[in-house]
Amino acid sequence: MKKDNNTSRLMTWIDDRLPIFSYANKNVIDYPTPKNLNYWWNFGSIAGIILVIMIITGIFLAMNYQPHTDVAFQSVERIMRDVNYGWLLRYLHMNGASMFFIVIYIHMFRGMYFGSYKNPREILWIMGVAIYVTMMATAFMGYVLPWGQMSFWGATVITNLFTTIPLVGDYLVTWIWGGFTIDSPTINRFFVWHYLMPAIIVGIVIVHLWALHVTKSNNPLGIDIKSKKDTIPFHPYYTIKDLFGFGVFLIIFLYFVFFQPNFFAEADNYIPANPMVTPPHIVPEWYFLPFYAILRAIPDKLGGVIAMGGGVMILFILPWLDTSKVRSARYRPIFKVMFWVFVADVLFLGWLGIRPSEGIYLTWGRIATFYYFFHFLVLLPALGKYEKCYPVPDDISEEFLKDHCGDTDDTDGKEEKTNA
Amino acid sequence: MSKLLGKISCPKREFLLASTSTLGAVGAAAAAWPFIDSINPAADVLAVSSTEVDLSSIAVGEGLGVLWRGKPVFIKHRTAEEIKQAQDEDSVEMIDPQTDADRVQKTEWLVVIGICTHLGCLPSGHLPGDKKGEFGGWFCPCHGSQYDTSGRIRSGPAPLNLEIPPYAFKDDTTLIIGDAEA
Ligand code: HEM
Ligand code: FES
Repeated sequence: MKKDNNTSRLMTWIDDRLPIFSYANKNVIDYPTPKNLNYWWNFGSIAGIILVIMIITGIFLAMNYQPHTDVAFQSVERIMRDVNYGWLLRYLHMNGASMFFIVIYIHMFRGMYFGSYKNPREILWIMGVAIYVTMMATAFMGYVLPWGQMSFWGATVITNLFTTIPLVGDYLVTWIWGGFTIDSPTINRFFVWHYLMPAIIVGIVIVHLWALHVTKSNNPLGIDIKSKKDTIPFHPYYTIKDLFGFGVFLIIFLYFVFFQPNFFAEADNYIPANPMVTPPHIVPEWYFLPFYAILRAIPDKLGGVIAMGGGVMILFILPWLDTSKVRSARYRPIFKVMFWVFVADVLFLGWLGIRPSEGIYLTWGRIATFYYFFHFLVLLPALGKYEKCYPVPDDISEEFLKDHCGDTDDTDGKEEKTNA
Repeated sequence: MSKLLGKISCPKREFLLASTSTLGAVGAAAAAWPFIDSINPAADVLAVSSTEVDLSSIAVGEGLGVLWRGKPVFIKHRTAEEIKQAQDEDSVEMIDPQTDADRVQKTEWLVVIGICTHLGCLPSGHLPGDKKGEFGGWFCPCHGSQYDTSGRIRSGPAPLNLEIPPYAFKDDTTLIIGDAEA
């Protein structure tokens, strides 16, 4: 396609004043990206698209939602029954939240496996953890809005965590509630925060991507980009790959939306909130379960809260706990095993989160909690010191040729031939 | 972007790019529809589609304003003179010509939507003592539109006669505005 002369002149005119075209070209078109990224690198872009989906469905839901204890539950039911496609908006938003967390957890574990948090990507990682914490707060407040039994009692339990803070705890909780229990003032302010925080997430994501574009992406080998030969332009290679991955993701996401819309939901949340009746099983949303299990494993109110908060906050200092200079688990035989043990430990904690906290579950919960912190505080620093790593290749493109072509022909030339 | 498209020289790629983008655009448009439609009136809003009015309390010469789907509807029990005036003036030159017979089901009852067809204000005239304007019907305070005893626009900036809502007489003293079957 030939560029029309006037268009190109207009583009130049704009670009000289506000360089959006050269900026886009530098950051999403010619942007040099390691040529060896695998599908685990799709999840960042998927997360970005879900964030947009969540914001758009949220805005349209908000046009019919009402944050008042008298009508909140009914207004959600009205969205489900009377508002045109309201059921679709709500199921997209509900299941989107779960998908968001699945994608983010994969994104984070990817970072851990390939050592993406290490020098020079520490701030990139910290911004990621900041996003994660904000996401948790957003999801928690969103869950309160439909004003079902789980909304009410979940919010009661979580906000009561603040009462553990010595001296000011009780005042703090009253302040958060705007009253002496969770009530209309609470749901009103939670709605405002729930609407506001995604905008904050967008802001942190921008900083996240800014940092990413300074250090460039890590890659499965965990080694630095040395020359142009190690990279390919982001467009069309990764735009296409990201779109393809997004298509696969959409199939899974929409399967839940259309065929299992309440798979991740709690039946009790379809009962209107009743401050006089606590449901027999109070469970948080699945994505909080590992931390909930840590909370319950500690037999002390303040201690449990500290352990739970610590479980999240420890992620902030991960870049300094893992002292190994080698990034990718590929070249770290012991870390590689320990990584999977850690993943299993987190899943196990999640599983324990919905068990009654008594008997054997309690014992297991304590062991799993201990191991969670042991991994970060003892294993990672020790491995950095004592682990014998495999030799790390020094060149992405050399290694790439070994994997993909078996010989050292110039791939660019080869591709041209086969395509012609 | 055009820079990249510039690299594509083979027709198969061009075809794939064009067909994928077209399908993508159609998909995006289809996905946009539920969002657009969700802010249309919902089922519960549409369900309040008819309003019942008891006519026995409206004396000759008086009027009543009721809400139908949130809109004001004027019901006017017209006097013999008002009916005669409306019919006599059928042939006069008007902004939006229409005969009185086309605008009423029973000559003594005029039922119109009380929204000025200019920019939506509420014209005065259906209550006793209201300013009715030169033509004995309604006068709009916003920009001076004047309607006659048949609700037809006779002077001022409004382009159309007052709209007639769907209505039916259930019996001699009951009027149903809106969906007659409901
Ligand atoms: C709204 C949420 C998030 C969005 C939209 C997002 C977006 C992205 C994108 C587009 C990339 C580049 C593609 C990729 O490597 O997958 C990326 C990379 C990265 N993200 Fe995120 N991210 C989010 C949350 C997080 C979280 C919660 C963490 C960690 C706690 C994190 C840590 C990282 C790291 C370390 C990289 C660099 C990975 C590498 O180059 O190997 N991100 N992010
Ligand atoms: S709105 Fe009635 S005259 Fe303008």
